[in-house]
Amino acid sequence: MNLSEVVQLVSFGVLTLLMLGAALGVVLSPSVVYSAFLLGLTFSSMAGLYLLLNADFVAAAQILVYVGAVNVLILFGVMLVNKRQDYQRETGLLLRQLLTAVVCFGLFALLGTVTVITPWQLAEGVTQVDSSVIALAKHLFSDYLLPFEVASVLLLMAMIGAIVLARRDLLMEDPETGMPAETDLALPERPRETVVGE
Amino acid sequence: MELNYFLLVAAALFCIGIYGLVTSRNAIRVLMSIELMLNAVNLNLMAFSNFLDPDGIRGQVFSVFVITIAAAEAAVGLAIVLAIYRNRDTVDMEQFNLLKW
Repeated sequence: MNLSEVVQLVSFGVLTLLMLGAALGVVLSPSVVYSAFLLGLTFSSMAGLYLLLNADFVAAAQILVYVGAVNVLILFGVMLVNKRQDYQRETGLLLRQLLTAVVCFGLFALLGTVTVITPWQLAEGVTQVDSSVIALAKHLFSDYLLPFEVASVLLLMAMIGAIVLARRDLLMEDPETGMPAETDLALPERPRETVVGE
Repeated sequence: MELNYFLLVAAALFCIGIYGLVTSRNAIRVLMSIELMLNAVNLNLMAFSNFLDPDGIRGQVFSVFVITIAAAEAAVGLAIVLAIYRNRDTVDMEQFNLLKW
């Protein structure tokens, strides 16, 4: 990064405000669709922070994977289970939220204290790196080759698992009459035992 | 720019994620909170990579792996939410008690 210190500080402040505000919106917004879009804003400002940290490849991967794939996936999930329902009242919900807020503030205080009082061994001298891609590729294909391959196998497993979990068993003919179904859009679903809520 | 700033921002994001994880009643919002926490961890790794290990940038390698795992986790998590939604006809976390005593 060849930006001056002031520019870096200002963009860090703006990106941090955007990111924390959007993250609070994700958690607190009443509509889950707004949450999903604010999640995209959080991911994008996170990519900006990565750029400030001299990580151009990971910033691009963040935009591609998180904003392009994960966020779209979550939006599809929101659309597929878009059910307007009023949640049943539960007792002690407010107490739970209050307790959680206290615990989160405590955790933040703990983490902040540890961050401030730990003497980090900062690297001396500024090494100007043009692009992190070459260094990253050297790591990925030499000393981190096995984790890289394992990650690809894991992605394959996750893909198959997601398909198996979300698949619906469709019957090509009507179970009662034995006649073929008329349109593919109205294929009858194989009956599965549903658990009726108490 | 200092290391502490980034670590504090990451800590704040992680705490927001935990709050959302515990208090949300919509299952999809729980998944979003998990993504927020994974992002906070990523920011930590990136900050350490830039300030403590600028030559090796091993933190960036690890955050690439974390991004991979997060994508896989989002796909499987959404598939589970869809399956439960078909089964129970709700996305309310309070009513997902199949494995709860």
